[in-house]
Order: sequence, then C-alpha cells, then structure tokens
Amino acid sequence: MKAKIHVTLKSGVLDPQGNAIKQSLDNLGIPSVLSVTQGKYFEITLEGNDKSKAEETIEESCKTLLANTVIENYKFEIIE
Amino acid sequence: MKTAAVITFPGSNCDRDLFEALKKTFKKTYKLWHKDTELPKDIDFIAIPGGFSYGDYLRSGSIAANSALMSEVKKFADNGGYVLGICNGFQILTEAGLLPGVLLRNNKLKFISKKVTLEIANNSSRFTSNYNKKHIDIPIAHHDGNYFCNDETLKELEDNNQIAFKYLENPNGSRNDIAGIFNKNKNVLGMMPHPERAIDELIGGCDGLPLFQSLISN
Repeated sequence: MKAKIHVTLKSGVLDPQGNAIKQSLDNLGIPSVLSVTQGKYFEITLEGNDKSKAEETIEESCKTLLANTVIENYKFEIIE
Repeated sequence: MKTAAVITFPGSNCDRDLFEALKKTFKKTYKLWHKDTELPKDIDFIAIPGGFSYGDYLRSGSIAANSALMSEVKKFADNGGYVLGICNGFQILTEAGLLPGVLLRNNKLKFISKKVTLEIANNSSRFTSNYNKKHIDIPIAHHDGNYFCNDETLKELEDNNQIAFKYLENPNGSRNDIAGIFNKNKNVLGMMPHPERAIDELIGGCDGLPLFQSLISN
C-alpha cells in the first residue's frame, strides 16, 4: 500500500518562501496570482493490506515527524 | 554546576567552539555522540550546538530531535536538569517539544552572519544572572532564525518572563524581536545567537562568557 501525504503551512503563519514565489510569478508577468503557499509532498510505501492499520501508522508518522503541528497541517490518502 | 556535556549530531559544526567555551568555565566537560544511549551520571548541564544536523532535512532540527540521545535529554530536562540549545540546538529543542514555538526561514530569505546587539530581557535566570549590563553584542549565523508562535504562547512567554534575549534591531522577522527563550521552569534555554563565539577579546569579544559563568556560579 502507498500513502500520499501533503503537509502545508497553517493559515496565518508567515510564509516567506511562498511570498517570494508569488513575487517571482508576478515578475514573469503571469496574471491573476493572488497568493502562493509552499508545502511538502511525501509518498510512503507500507507493508501489509490492512487499510485502517496503515491509516494509524501514517497518522502517527505525520504527528511525530512529517509535520510540525505548531505551524503545519497534514492530510493523506492511502492507495491500495 | 561543575560538569557539562556537548552533544554532536551528524552536521553539527559549533560543537568544538562550544566545548572550548565550556572547558573555560566548567570543571569537566564530556563530548557525547547522538547515538549514545545514556547520559553520564554526573552531569549538571547539557549543551546542544549549532550547525546543520542531518543537513536540515525535513525541517531544521526535526531529525535530531528524534534521535536516541534526545529522549534521554528530555528526561534530564523534565527532572530539572539544565539544557542550552544554540542556533540549530534551539531548533532541535523546539522540535523536541522542550521549548514552545518554532524557527521559520528568515523573513528576507537570506542566511545572516553578523554581530548583533541583544537586550537581556531576563537577567535573573541561572543562565543570565552574571550579566550586569542591559545590552550585549553576540554573533548570529542562521537561515532559519525567525521565531514564531501563536498569540496565546506569546502571551504566556511574556507573562512568565520566559523571554531571555531580544534583538535590538530585528534581523530575521522573529515575533516580538525574540532571540532566545526559556521553558516555563527556566531550566531550558534556546537562543539563535552564538555566545560560544564571543568568549575571547581577540575574536569577537567576550559578551558570551557571562552566560557560561552564570551557570557555574552559586
């Protein structure tokens, strides 16, 4: 099984990298960009076929390591 | 306090400077490796150095915060042991949950390496009691030094006198100019500036020395 995980900054947290990317898009003349936030994407391959156990494992991984929940949110999906 | 220890992680690069600062002040200083599973029994103080532990992969300090020896450091701190984290060490302490908040990328996205003036916001702690002046000059060298926490935590920090040092001129976007904070019990200090780089008049001044001297006095 595979887990696809997105980690993104919570709203209200200063995102200097996202701001710099937006600035760069503006400089390129790309229209209509209101804001940019930068996040992280992980793919984790898991052994076994138990989906609820996999969800537990990924939840634990996100909470303890992949995301810093002071500033980041995470969401994931498990693909069989 | 008499006995100190410095922990080296893969990618630490201020561990020797910190060792020299401790050698100048403490009676005995151990060098520990992140894979050690036990702390020496006789230590009073643990220092976590700056650098780029594990290449700053994932988030600065996050991998080191979950290493074998750090769980022992957490126990040591929970039992009232004194812990100092400098620069990457500060990032490790926040990631380990020993200090609140987090260090974000500098607001102007640049690595900053220069001497800055700090205000000593609390000089009654075991880390700062030997400072008898209001302002000190200490070098900073970081990319992720922009201290962030939510409003509630910020209020707690202020109400409990947990802010140790503030920048006179904010270099990185830190909330309320914060350069260093204590935990609630004031036995853990994290700071972005490098006191271990200011212990000799020939190189960078001596404003870092009273911090180490505070720890050994009493």
